Amino acid sequence: MTALLDAPDPLSQTAAPASAPGTRRPGGGLLRYIIIRFLLIIPTVFILVTVVFFLMRSTGDPITAAQGGRLPPDELARRVHEAGYDQPLIVQYFQYLGQVFTGNFGTTFSDHQAVTTVLVTYGAATLELAFYALIVAFIVGVPLGMLAAYFRDKGWDAALRIFAILCYATPVFFAGLLLKLIFSVWLGWLPVSGRATTGDELTMQSLDHPTGIYLIDAFQTGDPAVVGDVLAHAVLPGIALGFLTAGVFLRLVRTNVISTLSTDYVASGRSRGVSEFRLVRKHAYRPALIPIITVMGLQIALLLGGAVLTETTFEWKGLGFQLAQYLQARDYVAVQGIVAMLAVIVAITNFVVDVIAALIDPRVRY
Amino acid sequence: MVTTTASVPVARAPKRSIWSRLPVVHQLRQSVGVQRAMLVTGLVITALFVIVAIFAPLIAPYGFAQLHGADGKDFGSQQPPSPAHIWGTTVGGYDVFSRVIWGAQTAASVIIVAVVLSIFIGVLLGLVSGYIGGWIDRVLLVVCDAIYAFPTLLLAIVMSIVISGGQSSLWGGIFAAAISITVVYIPQYFRVIRAEAVRIKAEAYVESAKVVGASTGRIMFKHVFRNSTRTLPLIFTLNASEAILTLAGLGFLGFGIEPSSAAEWGYDLNKAIADVTSGIWWTGLYPGLAIVLVVLGITLVGESLNDLADPRLRGRRAVAAASGETADITVVPGGPNEAPGGLEGLEPGAGIEHEGIEVRE
Repeated sequence: MTALLDAPDPLSQTAAPASAPGTRRPGGGLLRYIIIRFLLIIPTVFILVTVVFFLMRSTGDPITAAQGGRLPPDELARRVHEAGYDQPLIVQYFQYLGQVFTGNFGTTFSDHQAVTTVLVTYGAATLELAFYALIVAFIVGVPLGMLAAYFRDKGWDAALRIFAILCYATPVFFAGLLLKLIFSVWLGWLPVSGRATTGDELTMQSLDHPTGIYLIDAFQTGDPAVVGDVLAHAVLPGIALGFLTAGVFLRLVRTNVISTLSTDYVASGRSRGVSEFRLVRKHAYRPALIPIITVMGLQIALLLGGAVLTETTFEWKGLGFQLAQYLQARDYVAVQGIVAMLAVIVAITNFVVDVIAALIDPRVRY
Repeated sequence: MVTTTASVPVARAPKRSIWSRLPVVHQLRQSVGVQRAMLVTGLVITALFVIVAIFAPLIAPYGFAQLHGADGKDFGSQQPPSPAHIWGTTVGGYDVFSRVIWGAQTAASVIIVAVVLSIFIGVLLGLVSGYIGGWIDRVLLVVCDAIYAFPTLLLAIVMSIVISGGQSSLWGGIFAAAISITVVYIPQYFRVIRAEAVRIKAEAYVESAKVVGASTGRIMFKHVFRNSTRTLPLIFTLNASEAILTLAGLGFLGFGIEPSSAAEWGYDLNKAIADVTSGIWWTGLYPGLAIVLVVLGITLVGESLNDLADPRLRGRRAVAAASGETADITVVPGGPNEAPGGLEGLEPGAGIEHEGIEVRE
């Protein structure tokens, strides 16, 4: 929803959004901006890791949470002691910080895997899903947004805007449910769930260098049937998650094209007799894309949240699906580890997005 | 100077009645055409939602956790729609129609608790941060930015683990969901109020209040707060719709309210996913449509308020018709409200205080 509010990026207090004319302090090189912006990752990650640690630990230690009632009390106490969960919280906190600093996000409780391994194993699937979703979002959102701006305040505009709100208002799991019902169960065109049929999955895993990104792996097998199978599995999850973002893109493009249409250079184009369609297509379209790049940073957060729900709906075995499994198993070490690691990923992506925005738009500087 | 202050009130528009100055009513009068249609549609849906939520016990034929009728016979599981159960029954043997109706009540309670809490805390923090500034401001800003950047659903999951451990009674569940959602939305209220407070702090009327010796608390709540609230209805609608989605997401992942404590649309959808593969559509369709409809309604209201607040987006005819009233509700910080020389000159009384101070100097 944040995207509705002109999408302030995390630094908008200092780096004005691209749409706001003029920043407070002109000057200051790009390099300086990048360095300061990079250093700001550290407090962000630190705060999130700290918040998550204390919140999760305030419920008690993870061993009792997972095993409480199933083990005799003395056995439970022994395990808690072995894992160091009976030490003062502050001691545990600094130990945890030290671990995180060295890239150790803990070991999952239920299946004894390093959280970093979980990320590497399942991250690829989430990345692939996010990639499909972004493609859908661009193909659907950007042209429709331009169309809405062109038909501004007419019936078509209203219809498109309601479509955009519907995209946002439909929870991904409900969209997924409807898509499954129509295209998999009633029409039987597409598979119900999963990332590929079991046979193809085995073929891809026996490759020399499986990437975990099935589309790439499928091309590696060189079998068009496998590629087709992987793509068929990707259609519904990609659409379910992609439409969520498409609505945001549509709205953004519309708003920005409309505001660029009222600028002087567009007005001068209009007075020279440039057609309205050409004005939208050629003149107002490009500047309107800059905010999209800024908003992409926020979309990553939205996509990750949406991915948890989409993956659960379609049994897409990615990070989100895995997180939901750990939640069910009350494996809070895993939950804390994955959440902390996602915090790092979100912080880094936001940094990259902000730098790209600064490269494109010279007004975004410190 | 004295002549200016005396002449300005005469030039002001006649004072409008309280009714027409109420946030939504004002926009309704201001809007035209498509925009008015969208606003009205949104208001109608939202009103319907509120009515259903209030009168759920009267509308719903059965209780949300009722498994058998008055004759003691079980409803049966996954029964298709029939006269007795117009929308069928769920896999757990509940009546779908009743659960959708009761779900409105749960959703409404959660929205109210969540929004009240986050407005209260967010506004307070925003005021303190923006007005007092200094290191408090910087620390709060960094913390809120960090939370703001994080996926809201994940944060809500962590919070609901902390609060309820994933179970709970009706009010326990509602509060757990509401507080989880609150934590996520505090940064938004905080940011908006802080930005307004920073802007208003520099206004001359705040300065004059300071010089006449008003306490910090008085300035903060009487001068700064009162002038920084006009964006709140907008954020309120936007957050209310997101609160519903977050609640549904939590319920879908199994972190909502137990089915025996209250009806919750997300939980019902979670159970319905498995039904779909066997072609059972009624268990998922209706709770899902309920979510979509309510979010659509509230978002339409919010969206219309947003557009009407921004002169660049308002319908062209409406701009001409209501250009004199733009200043009342703009959300653009430092927008039309900052007339050259500041707004304070337009307010009778403020200028006089200012005069008096100058004499003493």
